[in-house]
Amino acid sequence: GCPTMSRAMGLAGLLLGLVLVPAVLVSTSLRHGGRRTEAEPELSDWELAADAVPEDSLWPLPQWVRTYPRQLQLAPGRFQLVHGAGSSAGPGCGLLQDAFRRYYEYMFGHSRTWGRRPLAARAEPELLQLQVVIEAGDPGCDRHPQLASSEAYHLSVTEPVAILKAAEVWGALRGLETFSQLVHEDDYGSFLVNESEINDFPRFAHRGVLLDTSRHYLPLKSILTNLDAMAFNKFNVLHWHIVDDQSFPYQSIYFPELSDKGAYSSNLIYTPNDVSLVIEYARLRGIRVIPEFDTPGHTQSWGKGQKDLLTPCYNGRQPTGSFGPVNPVWNTTYDFMTKFFKEISSVFPDEFIHLGGDEVDFSCWKSNPEVREFMKKQGFGIDYAKLESYYVQNILDIVSSYNKGQMVWQEVFDHKAQLKPDTVVQVWMANNYAHELSRVTGAGFTAVLSAPWYLDYISYGQDWKKYYSVEPLNFSGSEKQKKLLIGGEACLWGEFVDATNLTPRLWPRASAVGERLWSSSNVTNLQDAYKRLTNHRCRML
Amino acid sequence: AENEPSWKTPCTKLLVYVSTPGCDGFPSLDSKESYKLSVSNGSMLLSAETVWGALRGLETFSQLVGRDENGTYYINETEIVDFPRFPHRGLLLDTSRHYLPLRAILETLDVMAYNKFNVFHWHIVDDPSFPYQSSMFPELSKKGAFNAMTHVYTASDVRTVIEHARLRGIRVIAEFDTPGHTLSWGPGAPGLLTPCYKGDTPSGVYGPINPVVNSTYQFVTSLFQEITTVFPDFFLHLGGDEVDFTCWKSNPEIRAFMKEMGFGEDYKKLESFYIQRILDIVSSLGKGYIVWQEVFDNDVKLRPDTIIHVWKENSMQYLNEMANVTRAGYYALLSAPWYLNRISYGQDWIEAYKVEPLNFEGVPEQKALVMGGEACMWGEYVDVTNLTPRLW
Repeated sequence: GCPTMSRAMGLAGLLLGLVLVPAVLVSTSLRHGGRRTEAEPELSDWELAADAVPEDSLWPLPQWVRTYPRQLQLAPGRFQLVHGAGSSAGPGCGLLQDAFRRYYEYMFGHSRTWGRRPLAARAEPELLQLQVVIEAGDPGCDRHPQLASSEAYHLSVTEPVAILKAAEVWGALRGLETFSQLVHEDDYGSFLVNESEINDFPRFAHRGVLLDTSRHYLPLKSILTNLDAMAFNKFNVLHWHIVDDQSFPYQSIYFPELSDKGAYSSNLIYTPNDVSLVIEYARLRGIRVIPEFDTPGHTQSWGKGQKDLLTPCYNGRQPTGSFGPVNPVWNTTYDFMTKFFKEISSVFPDEFIHLGGDEVDFSCWKSNPEVREFMKKQGFGIDYAKLESYYVQNILDIVSSYNKGQMVWQEVFDHKAQLKPDTVVQVWMANNYAHELSRVTGAGFTAVLSAPWYLDYISYGQDWKKYYSVEPLNFSGSEKQKKLLIGGEACLWGEFVDATNLTPRLWPRASAVGERLWSSSNVTNLQDAYKRLTNHRCRML
Repeated sequence: AENEPSWKTPCTKLLVYVSTPGCDGFPSLDSKESYKLSVSNGSMLLSAETVWGALRGLETFSQLVGRDENGTYYINETEIVDFPRFPHRGLLLDTSRHYLPLRAILETLDVMAYNKFNVFHWHIVDDPSFPYQSSMFPELSKKGAFNAMTHVYTASDVRTVIEHARLRGIRVIAEFDTPGHTLSWGPGAPGLLTPCYKGDTPSGVYGPINPVVNSTYQFVTSLFQEITTVFPDFFLHLGGDEVDFTCWKSNPEIRAFMKEMGFGEDYKKLESFYIQRILDIVSSLGKGYIVWQEVFDNDVKLRPDTIIHVWKENSMQYLNEMANVTRAGYYALLSAPWYLNRISYGQDWIEAYKVEPLNFEGVPEQKALVMGGEACMWGEYVDVTNLTPRLW
C-alpha cells in the first residue's frame, strides 16, 4: 500500500485516501511465475516507517544532503511558499507563482480536514515559510530553459523559515520538488519536515524523455501528465518525436495538408494551440521541448500531404507507386524544407531542433533513375551514404540559418556528414554504444546517450535496475571527451504504446534514468535505491 | 449516392429465446453456453439452451452491430452457430501481492465477458497479504492485510464480485492456497504456521502450515466451512504449490512426526499427508477441488474428479505434464504457457494464441479430460495502475 503522500497525476481516481501502512513483510523467493532464482531475497524483505530516514524519500538523490533528527511542524493553513528578501524574482514572476501553488497542492492538497479547528500546541516548532531567493540578476522568469541554464539550488530547512536559494528560477523549481519530498505526514496526519541542509545540482545538463506521437497519437492530457511526472524526477527535456512514417499529427501553419492528409484522423492532431500549451506547461516545470522532425527517412506520412516530396521508387523503368525517403535531388525538396523549418524554428522556442537522420533505407533511392543520375553527377559512386550526407548537410545549413542548433541520430555522424561544431549526436544503437560514445566525443561532438535506455523494450521483473546500473561515462576517452557527453534520454517509442498504457509503462522505470542523470556517479546502491524508489513511486501516484 | 447499401426493413427487436430456465442460478462447469444467432430481413433471433448461452450470444450480437460514416447503426444478415471448445476458460487475478480495489475486479469481469471467459480464479490470499475478511476469523485480515481498514474484501465486496460475475455467466473459483504461500495467515492465526528452528531454538521465522498439530485441521475445517458457504461454485482451488520443506525439516516436532509416521526423509509424504486431509475436509463439505500440479507430481491420493492445474513452464515440458495428468485419469487445466504477468516486448499475444492445449501424446479419452485453461496475471508487479493495459 502507499502512504498518504500521493499526489494527483490527473489520472482517473487512483489510490485515494490511503492510510500509512505500519509494516509490510514480503516473502522471499517463493512465488509463481517461473524459476525461483528470479527473486532477490535481500531486496524483497523491507519494512516501512520504523527506522525510515528522511533521505529515504528523496528521488533523485541530491548531491549533498544533511538531515537532522529535529522535526518542524507545518500548518497547512499558515505555511507559505514566498519570495525571499533580496530575490531578483517577485510576485511578477509567473513561473514561480505557479510553482508555489502547485507545490502547495502537492504537499497539502489531499488533506481535507485542516483549517477547520485551531491546532493544539505541539512539541515541535513550527515552520512558517519556505522563502525562495533567486540570486542572478536575471532570474529567467519569462524565459525558456536552455542547455546552459543553472539548475543548482541550496535548501536550508530550519525554524522558523526555510530558505531555498538558486541562481535561476530553474534551480528553484528543482529545489521546490526536493522540499516537497521532505515534507511528510506522521501517523496522526501532522505535516512534518526534518531540519535539513541540501546542496544540489545535476550531474548532466541534458536529461530527457522521448515521446513518440506518430506511431500512436497521444492526447494532450497524456503529454501533460507525463510532463508532471518528468518534473517529479527532475527531467528537463521533452524530446517530442512528433511525426514519423505512420502519421503526421503536427498541424502546420504553412502546410496544413501535411496533417490534413497525414494524421490518423482529423481529430488526432496537435493544433498550434496544443503545441503552445505543451511548450508552456513544460516551461513552467523547467522542461525544454525539443521537437524532432525526422528526415529523410521515417517520412511516409509527409508524402500524403506534400506531393513530390518523397522519392518515387522504381521497378526497372516503371514507378511502383510506392515512395521512399525524402527526395534529395530535387530543388523543391529544399524549398519546402526551408519554408517548413522556418515555421518550426518560430513555433518551437528551444535553441535546438532534432533533425533525425536515422535508419535511411537506400533501396528506393537506388531504384530511382533520377537519383542514380544525380549520384553519377556528384561523383558519389554507389555510396548512398554520401547522398544521405549531402541531403543532411543541406538541412543542417537551412536550420542553422534560423539560428537553431541541431540534434541528430548517430547515423548522421557515422555516415560522415559534415556537422556543425555544436551539433548534438544522439547515440541509440545498443550494440557497443560505449565505442560509439568514444568515437563521437573523440571527433569533438557533443553526445546524448539513449542506447541502454529504450524503455519501450519491456521485460518481466525489476528492469529498472538495469537502467539504473548504466554508467554513461564508462567509455574510453579523455577528461575533455567525457565532458562532451551532456546527458541522456529515456525513449518510449510508440509502436505498442498509447494513452491506455503510457504512464504505467514509462513510470517509475524512467525514474531510474532520472537519478542516473541527476545524481552523483557514486549513487549506485540498488538496495538504497529500491527503498527510495518505492516511496517515490507511491508519492507520484 | 450510388453505392449506398440498400437498407432493408429497420430491425427493432432482437428476440432472445432460452429453452431451459436458470436465471437465478449460478453457472457451472456443465453449463451449456451454445447459442444460435439468426439475423435476416425482418427478424433477429438469438436462441440458446440456457441463459449462459444467451449471454454469449448477446456479446456476439453486439460485436456484429456496426456504424457507418453517417452514424447509422446497421447489421449484416448473419447466421451463427456457436459453442465453446473448452468449458473452463479462466482468468486468474492475484489480490495478495498487490491489493486490487473492487472496481478493478469488476472492470476485469466486464472485459472477461467481452472475451467469453467464464471463470474468475480469485487467488485471494498468499504470503504478502490476507485481504479476505473472514467472519469466523476476523484476525486473519486484521493482522494479515496490507491495511486492515482499506485493503480488505468485506463479505459485501465478495458478494458483489460473485453477483457481478454471475450476471456475466462467470464462475468465481476462490483459491485459498495451502500449506505453502501462507505467511500472511500467521499473524492472525498463532500456532498455524510451522515455527522454523535454528538448531534447538526457534529462529522467529515461520514456514508453511504446520501439518502435525490437530489445531491446524480444526482451524482449516472451520475456515473452509465458511468459505464453502461464501463461495457458491462447486469447486474450490486449494493450491498446494511450491511448498518449501526447509522449515519443516528444521522443526523437531515435525522431525519426530516424520519418524513416527515412517516417512523417512521424504517430506513429500508429509505434504501429501496434509493435503489429503485437506481434500477430505473439503470433500466432506460437498465441494470439488482444483489443485496445482505439484499435488499430482508428489503422488498425493486424489479423488477421481480432481482437476489438476498445470502451471510449470520449462521449454514445453508442460505438454508432457498434460499427458501424464490425463493418462492418470485426472482432469487437466492448462496455464503454463499463459502466464501473462511475464511481459515481453512486442506482439506477445501471438505466442499465447499459438498454443494448442491438446498437442500432447494421448488417446482421445485423455484429451477429453482437458477442461480448458486459465490466463494468469500474478500480482508481483501488478496493481490497479497497470492491471488493465497489462492484461488486455
